[in-house]
Amino acid sequence: MTVVPIIKRDYIYKLAEQGKRVDGRNFDEYRKIEIETGVVSKAEGSARVKIGNTQVMAGIKMDVGEPYSDSPDSGVMTTAAELIPLASPDFEAGPPREDAIELARVVDRGVRESEVIELDKLCIEPGEKVWIVFIDLHILDYDGNLFDAASLASLAALSTAKVPAERFELGEDYPLPLKEPPISCTSVKFNNVVVIDPALDEEEIADARLTVATDTNGDLRAMQKGLNGSFTREEIQKIIKASIDNGREIRRQLYKSIGK
Amino acid sequence: MNFEEVCCFMQKEKRKIVVPSQILGDIKSKKAGRGTFIEDGKIYSERLGVLNENDRYINVVPLKGRYDPTVGDFVIGVVEEALGTGWLVDINASSPALLHQNEVPWNVDFGDTERYLNRGDSIMAKVLSIDELKKLQITLNDRNLYKIKGGHIIDVEPSRVPRIIGKKGSMLSLIKKYIRCRIFVGQNGRIWVDADTESIEKVLQTIYKIEDESITFGLTNRIEEMLKKDAKDVR
Amino acid sequence: MESDVELIDSNGKRLDGRGPEDIRPIKIEAGVLHRADGSCYLEWGGNKVLVAVYGPREAIPRHTQNPLRAVVKARYNMAAFSVEDRKRPGPDRRSREISKVISEALEKVILTEQFPRAAIDVNIEVLDAEAGTRCAGLTAAGVALADAGIPMTDIPVSCAAGKIAGHVAVDLGKEEDNCGDADLPVAISPRTGEILLLQMDGHLTLEEFNKAFDLAVKGCHTVSEIQKKAILDKYQSVLEGK
Repeated sequence: MTVVPIIKRDYIYKLAEQGKRVDGRNFDEYRKIEIETGVVSKAEGSARVKIGNTQVMAGIKMDVGEPYSDSPDSGVMTTAAELIPLASPDFEAGPPREDAIELARVVDRGVRESEVIELDKLCIEPGEKVWIVFIDLHILDYDGNLFDAASLASLAALSTAKVPAERFELGEDYPLPLKEPPISCTSVKFNNVVVIDPALDEEEIADARLTVATDTNGDLRAMQKGLNGSFTREEIQKIIKASIDNGREIRRQLYKSIGK
Repeated sequence: MNFEEVCCFMQKEKRKIVVPSQILGDIKSKKAGRGTFIEDGKIYSERLGVLNENDRYINVVPLKGRYDPTVGDFVIGVVEEALGTGWLVDINASSPALLHQNEVPWNVDFGDTERYLNRGDSIMAKVLSIDELKKLQITLNDRNLYKIKGGHIIDVEPSRVPRIIGKKGSMLSLIKKYIRCRIFVGQNGRIWVDADTESIEKVLQTIYKIEDESITFGLTNRIEEMLKKDAKDVR
Repeated sequence: MESDVELIDSNGKRLDGRGPEDIRPIKIEAGVLHRADGSCYLEWGGNKVLVAVYGPREAIPRHTQNPLRAVVKARYNMAAFSVEDRKRPGPDRRSREISKVISEALEKVILTEQFPRAAIDVNIEVLDAEAGTRCAGLTAAGVALADAGIPMTDIPVSCAAGKIAGHVAVDLGKEEDNCGDADLPVAISPRTGEILLLQMDGHLTLEEFNKAFDLAVKGCHTVSEIQKKAILDKYQSVLEGK
């Protein structure tokens, strides 16, 4: 792992005490977000999202398969993430480490538990054949805040995905049935200060991290705390508020990019 | 010639970017300098860089690439690990450098290295030796070298360092003329700045601008204009 | 594979309208990633490839170090969503083999003696696949290596040729690859013509092989010009302050 110079950490702390961040943003401000969909022709749906310099690509592939025995009328979804060595000098090739697994599972839960994909509409033959949705995340450039970039890329890819019925001779292709997605916003804490959308240098010195997913009503749909530091109740409230506000704005951008 | 001398020399001429394998000349008329290789009597570029040709030599000044250490270089290192007899220090080269306990101004006992330098500490050091296997050793034994405290550290492309320093330090002097600060530029592309936070921000902005535009013409003037304007706005 | 489609008609026109010596459209962009030391994004026909180079840096684990020169490790990987039938993430035997032949091709032109004990890591990601991914990957790798400032005797380039419906043709597309009779990917050092990568499968007479080989090499030279232009464009615009 690349060593973070203590001086750099202290400088970021000092700026934070003055209410500033290294790149000049406010504590509750995101970097520039770019969303591009339909970037991979082989995928049923795809998107490339940039938050600052962080870049993530998501691809949706679909197949026909057997349902889970406890939900015979439901489609199946699964999420995988690859922290490929392309994206950072610190990523190694090999089987997924915990970071990749945690990332995939958090994105997965964000989609699954809020029932973004209407899995009950993906049944072909109850108990026998259902549609399987594969969400694959490919990290391309790591400059902080993979959770939000990955989550947004998945949503953008899902929003433009088509069920490939024709290829399986099951009728005409149709848009993947989706509900309103929750938007995930990640914050980190360092030196008793909380900032949203951490850039790489902020993530490197963070003590604790909290991802909050909110829906159009401002209700909470998912949360995940990471790293070995802690939050106070007030900090959590601050983070929730910033997540609701930014979530609204990001959702607007997402809809704009998919032409809604 | 180093890079900033090249830039000054080529003031009036069109700077030419060359790529690996590009043919540059003949050994019959010129000597093959840095960044080139010879094959069948012809001189070729081995790197992406700027062509620098004078009466006797053909050189290619690299535009990009990791830091390639030379003995005597002043560098900024970040300590990776305290060992029994010294420290492993990251100096942004292709492998970490060794700082032996005898190469520091303190009296260090075996196994006591952590008392003096630890993982994450930054130091201003000098490249002491490079052996045939490219194993690097650095030293702190010089009155200009020490453990750094305060300020901020950033990384820039090592190939742009000469431009950031300027001819005989002229670019750095220019910055210091308009902004109160201390700056140290390591040959390895690491730069340390110490000032109040607003000034550090301005200095960094200036350095990043020089880094981006290092091969353009009229850079010094543009930088001076920018610094002048900024200083005026403050007053 | 039986096909009712005519891969190449009586006028020598292929499915996508190309002639037997025409390569698919190519787009190359250098320096596209923030963290990598050098990078390249390349589109070739329906292929979309992204390459990142890191190095020279310390080779780890230690036992992979070579005391005399840098070790070049190319890693060719296909994204799960890059192919028609989703590919399980992670290297399979095909990817490992392609990684090996590409590493060996690159090693020949990189001046590795300048960096003993170091590693030069070349990460090739196929984001969208349409026949000829290893050629696209190696070609993009050449640009990414130059972009990283790695010293080389040449920028390696690759192109394939093959046989479709009895005719030798360059740069096979997807259906041509599926229904074709031979596939011949080649990589060269364009300055010297040295062959860095050569693989073949299918069935070619010696005469057909020579024809196909010439077409592949010619294709390489065409692509080599595009590589160099992409690098110069990137840095020329910096020079002119754009």
